[in-house]
Amino acid sequence: MTEMNLRNALSKGLREALDTNENVFLMGEDIGMYGGPYAVTKGLFEDYGSEKIIDTPISESGFVGAGIGSSMIGMKPIIEIMTINFSLLAIDQIVNHAAKMHYMSDGQLSVPIIIRTVTGAGGRLAATHSQSFEGWYASVPGLKVVAPSNPSDALGLLRSSINDNNPIIFAEHSMLYGVTGDVPDQYYETPIGLPKIIEEGNDITIIAWSGMIPVAQEVSSKLKEKNLQTELIDLRTLNPIDFELIFNSVKKTNKVVILDEYWETGSFGAYISSVIQENCFDYLDAPIAVVNSLNIPMPYSAELEDEVIPNTKRVLMKINELLGL
Amino acid sequence: MDKQLAKKYLLEMLKIRQFEEACGRMYMQGKIKGFLHLYIGEEAIAVGSISELSEDDYIITHYRDHGHALARGMDPNKIMAELYGRVDGSSRGKAGSMHLFDSNLHFMGGHAIVGGHLPIAVGIALGLKKQKKNGLVVAYFGDGAVNEGEFHESMNLAALWELPIIFYLENNQYGMGTHVKRSSANPDMLYKFADLYGMPSTKIDGMDVLTVRDSAREAIDKIRKNNGPILIEAMTYRFRGHSMADPSVYRENEEVQQWQKEKDPIELFKQYCISNDLLNESDFKSVDNEVKEIIQECLNFADNSPLPDMSVAMDKIYNTN
Repeated sequence: MTEMNLRNALSKGLREALDTNENVFLMGEDIGMYGGPYAVTKGLFEDYGSEKIIDTPISESGFVGAGIGSSMIGMKPIIEIMTINFSLLAIDQIVNHAAKMHYMSDGQLSVPIIIRTVTGAGGRLAATHSQSFEGWYASVPGLKVVAPSNPSDALGLLRSSINDNNPIIFAEHSMLYGVTGDVPDQYYETPIGLPKIIEEGNDITIIAWSGMIPVAQEVSSKLKEKNLQTELIDLRTLNPIDFELIFNSVKKTNKVVILDEYWETGSFGAYISSVIQENCFDYLDAPIAVVNSLNIPMPYSAELEDEVIPNTKRVLMKINELLGL
Repeated sequence: MDKQLAKKYLLEMLKIRQFEEACGRMYMQGKIKGFLHLYIGEEAIAVGSISELSEDDYIITHYRDHGHALARGMDPNKIMAELYGRVDGSSRGKAGSMHLFDSNLHFMGGHAIVGGHLPIAVGIALGLKKQKKNGLVVAYFGDGAVNEGEFHESMNLAALWELPIIFYLENNQYGMGTHVKRSSANPDMLYKFADLYGMPSTKIDGMDVLTVRDSAREAIDKIRKNNGPILIEAMTYRFRGHSMADPSVYRENEEVQQWQKEKDPIELFKQYCISNDLLNESDFKSVDNEVKEIIQECLNFADNSPLPDMSVAMDKIYNTN
C-alpha cells in the first residue's frame, strides 16, 4: 500500500495508460504546457510530449468530437473537459454522438473514449461553475458514468475505464483531489457498476457518491453518538448500477437516506429512491429521505454556498423529520 | 474519359436518382416512415467526388446520406431494408434513413444533427495522422451547417493540426426552407470562410460531374502531398423538398423547374457523352435497364425481410467486448 491523494492516483493511472497503450493520448484545455487546471496532468507534457498530451483551443464541442472520431478508428483518447459546466458546450457530441454511435451503427462502430471532468460545488465559484451534472449523463443510454470519492477507487475505476470500449464520463469532484488514502501497490481494477459498502451498520442505510461521501461520513459519526450504526454505500458508478447490494442493505436496515449534490428537481438521487421503493417497499419503515442542494442557482458567498449544498446539519434534520431518528 | 468510365458515372448517378425516386414512392405507400431527405438533383457531387477516393479514405456525411452511401458502394438492398425498418437493414432497422453506416467501406455514417459530424470528421483525420495512415476524410455538409459553431470549431482544429480532410460544402441553397440569403450574411462567399483558417478553398459547379471529379482529384492530390485540410463548395440544388414533409411554400415552382430543365446533372452528363461520342441512346437504355433491375431487387429484398423483434432493440446499446 502507498498513501497518496486522489489527484496523484489519477495521475498514476494516466501515466500507466500512456506507458502501456500506444493508442492512448490526452486532449483538453491547458492540460499540457500549463500543467492542467487542477494539476492532474502536471508533468505529463514534459514527459510524453505534445503528440500525446494535446493542448486544445477552447472548443469543447470540437475537441470532444475529435476524440470521438479518433476513437472510432482505434485510438483511445482521454479527454479532459475543464469542468462539467463546460461539458454543456459539448453535450451534442456526448449525448447525440458518443452515446448513440454504437447503437445506431448496430455495433459496427464503437466510441471508447474517457471524458474526465470536474464536477461539484464548494469552491465559491458561483452559479455557472458549481453544478453536478453527472446524474444527467447517467440517464443517457450508451454512456457510462463513474464518480469516485477516494484515491484507490479513482485509480481502479480509471484502469477499468481504459479497458472499456464505451464512452465514459469520469466525474472528479473538485473538493476531493486532496483526499488521501491507501492505494494497493499491486495492479487491480475497480469494476464499473459495483457500489461499495464503506461502513457497515444495521440501523440506517446512507447512499452517496463523489463529493457527498465526506458529508455522509460526518453524518454517520454524528449518528454513532446516538448509538445508531450507519451502513454507508458509495455508489462509485452511476451507470450502470448493480442494485442488489443496495437492496440487501435496505432489507437489513429498513431506512434509507440518499445524498445528492444536484438540485432537488429531477435528481439522480430521486431515481435511486424510486428504484428502491419499487423493489423494497415492504421492507421500508419510513419514507426514503433524499437530500439535495437547494433549488436555487449557487450563490457565491461562502456562508450561503455552505447552506445550499447538502450539509451535515440539514441531513440530520431530514433524518429526524422523516425517520424520527 | 472513356466509354467504360462514362457508363460507370452514368450508372452511379442514375442508381441514386432511381433509388431516391423509389424511396419517394415507398414513403407515399407508407413503407418508409420518419424523415426522408432525397438527394435528387445533387447526384453529381457524390458520384464525382467519391469516385476519386481510395479504400483507405473515410466518408462522413449529413442526413441526406443515401447518395453518398450508394456512391461508396453500399449495398442498396441493405439500405432499402433499413429504410423499411427491417432486420436485414444496415443497422437492423434501428437507425433509418438519416443514419446509414458501413464501417467496412469506411462509410462512417449519416448524421442527423446539423454540423455535429464535423468534429467527428476532424477526429477521424486526427486518428489517421496519429496512426500514420494514408487515408483522408471527406466530410459532406450543407449550407445550413456553416452557421453552426461546430463547423467553425472543426475548421480551426483541422487547420491548426494540419489534418487530411476535405470539408465538402454541398450548397443546395436552402437550409430546410430558408434560403442562404436569409441565413448567411455573405451568402455568395461561403467558401471564403476557409480563408480565416488559412485553408485553401474553391467554389465549383456541383451539377457537372466532371468538374466535381476534377476538383476532388486536385484536392486529394494536394492533401496526400502536403496534408492539411481543404474546403470545396459545390453549388447544387435539390429538386425535391427538404424532406417528404416539405410544404414547398418557400420557393417558386419556376425556380425548381428551371434548375431541372437547365442543370439536371444526369441530363448534362448525357449531353456530354453524346457530343463526345462516348455513349449513345442505346447505351443509355441499357444503363437504365440495369439500374431498374437493381432498384426492383432492393425493393423486393426489403419487402421480404422480416421485422426485427425487441431483442434487436435491446442489443448493441453498449459494447460488451
